[in-house]
Amino acid sequence: MSDHIKANIRGFIIENFLFGDTSQVIEDTTSLIDNGYVDSTGVLELVFHIEQSFGIKVADSDIVPANLDSVGAIAAYVEAKQRSAAA
Amino acid sequence: MCGFAGYSATGLAPEMGQVLLRAMTESIAHRGPDASGVWAGPGVGLGHRRLSIVGLEDGQQPMGLDDLVLAYNGEIFNFVELRAELEAKGRKFRTGSDTEVILHLYRELGTAALDKLNGDFAFALWDGGRKRLFLARDRVGVRPLFYTERPDGFYFASEIKALLEVPGVEAELDPFALDEIFTLWAPLAPRSGFKGIAELPPGHFMLVENGHCRIERYWDFDFPDLADGYDSRSEAVLAEDVLALLDDATRIRMRADVPVGAYLSGGLDSSITAALATRHTPHRLATFSVGFESAEHDETAYQALMAEALGTDHVAVTCRNADIASVFPQVIAHTERPIVRTAPAPLFLLSGLVRDNAIKVVLTGEGADEVFAGYDLFKEDKVRRFAARQPGSARRPLLFKRLYPYLPNLQNQSADYLTAFFGVTPDLLSDPLASHRPRFRSTSAAKLFFSGDLRSTLAGYDAAAALADTLPARFARWHPQHQAQYLESRFLLPGYILSSQGDRMAMAHGVEGRFPFLDHRLMALAARLPPRLTLKGLVEKHILRQATRHLLPESIGSRTKQPYRAPDSQVFAASAEASYVGEVLAPDAIAETGLFNPQAVSRLVAKAGVTGVEGFRDNTAYVGILSTQLWHRTFARSRRTATIAAE
Repeated sequence: MSDHIKANIRGFIIENFLFGDTSQVIEDTTSLIDNGYVDSTGVLELVFHIEQSFGIKVADSDIVPANLDSVGAIAAYVEAKQRSAAA
Repeated sequence: MCGFAGYSATGLAPEMGQVLLRAMTESIAHRGPDASGVWAGPGVGLGHRRLSIVGLEDGQQPMGLDDLVLAYNGEIFNFVELRAELEAKGRKFRTGSDTEVILHLYRELGTAALDKLNGDFAFALWDGGRKRLFLARDRVGVRPLFYTERPDGFYFASEIKALLEVPGVEAELDPFALDEIFTLWAPLAPRSGFKGIAELPPGHFMLVENGHCRIERYWDFDFPDLADGYDSRSEAVLAEDVLALLDDATRIRMRADVPVGAYLSGGLDSSITAALATRHTPHRLATFSVGFESAEHDETAYQALMAEALGTDHVAVTCRNADIASVFPQVIAHTERPIVRTAPAPLFLLSGLVRDNAIKVVLTGEGADEVFAGYDLFKEDKVRRFAARQPGSARRPLLFKRLYPYLPNLQNQSADYLTAFFGVTPDLLSDPLASHRPRFRSTSAAKLFFSGDLRSTLAGYDAAAALADTLPARFARWHPQHQAQYLESRFLLPGYILSSQGDRMAMAHGVEGRFPFLDHRLMALAARLPPRLTLKGLVEKHILRQATRHLLPESIGSRTKQPYRAPDSQVFAASAEASYVGEVLAPDAIAETGLFNPQAVSRLVAKAGVTGVEGFRDNTAYVGILSTQLWHRTFARSRRTATIAAE
């Protein structure tokens, strides 16, 4: 499940923020901000994509780098949200 | 104000030299539409295009004095005082021009003459007795000077397009300059943007003698060591001094044999210079403004308010998005380098308006933000340091929202995200480039569009590190705000503000800008002020406001700094005037230039659609790529096509 989420997010980042450039390696822990992939507009695009792709609602208070600044963090956040929705 | 060109080439006969000088100066005729002249001796020549402002009848150039010959661009504002000093020493003048003052002063002092000049200038002086060329540029870099060293000689000019007239000089983009533009917004002098063509850095002079060039710095921005050497007089006394010097700086900048006008942006700085200018002219001051059709950029109401308060003859032009798109190719032909913002374009339109109203000289408020710490960047640096001193604080980063009320997406961000976006880490407290890192990082992000070939040529080149390598040792001892002011003044001011946005846009229409805030006496006074008097809390230009509050309506004097911005990608995305955009951004055109990744650019163009892209990085990329492609079409490709046609 986690791999599926990571692949989805990685694909979105490459398509939307890197304009199809696959030469850059995005590890699970690569910071999206430090590498200039995401700015203040990009964060909102990312949230929009996550909500649409995974059927979850991202609360304002959840929009923090700890949840959204890397592929790994996003996957963990999405899984946690899905688990709590299912519970 | 003018343009000039010249050479030192032993094999070039005077007759051939004159032909070359005419071609070189013709290419910069916009800088000096009023007159032209060339002088060529054995192996050396100077050419000039004149915009007549001082000494209308007798200031023709190149001008001689015994065995000295001078071609000069700019103004020496204290020429009246210098002339009186020189006459007291027995020197006889035959013209009323400031040009002749430089010649006499050089005769008296040699290269040390530069220390006496209060002005904006670039010049080339041939000293026939010593058989050497003396080239110099003003302290902060208002006036341009480029040169190229070739096997057959040394060539120089006010603009690069004149150097492209020299046989064998090719127009090729310097990839490292492009990397610097996509990091620092401008190439690092002496890099010009063109391979093999250099810029004489501001505050430097050059001697060309016996086929050798020597460059020397004669001036640099300077600040006292931290908490040591600040001017300790009371705020009230210092404010009086600031006003007195600014008033005198304005007074001597009103010297001209033609009417002098002023720009009014609606902000504090140009309002001050215009208000002071009205004191020093017997005529009704002519003022000029540019407004925008997009409300978020427009300051028309404040401009009108100030014009009304001063009783000026005010003329305004509204810059539509389509206008920016329409003139952008001309703008790049004048900047002669790629740019990452469209902001020069409205100033190109504004100088055209000035010229249409038969004014050749305008005062502007440029320089106040560097000298009195007006830019948001200085406040941002202060808040970043404030936040970095208490890592993890949930409250301190919220101050960033106050800095950028005009960036709606920032207003919605959490403290954690603000901390991340503004790069708040404890490390910043020891980083010499700390103040500029967020700008460098967000601009550099656009480099993801660089092609594989370009990346491999650059081989990991680090433009910010290259800049850091040029910093003087004393920099480390300054207050962080002074460090930030130095970086802004030494690099962005000459590299972009005074050139791409300044000289090149004004001179495109034969208009000379004059900048009272960049008078070196005022800069020296401001540099000694304790930082708390310029940026007080988060109120920028505090002492300047105190010094000038009686000159301005309350609503202008208390205005928070509005950065001068123009709409970026949106002006091209939907504009019928921008039919060239599709051509130069097409995959085959991108591939031909070879600097960017065609697929990535196609996606960027698709993302822009008809509304433009959002965000700092994507706008930087869009304008940077478009301007680079236009640069290529204007300089490299057109010359290649012309050569092939000639063959």
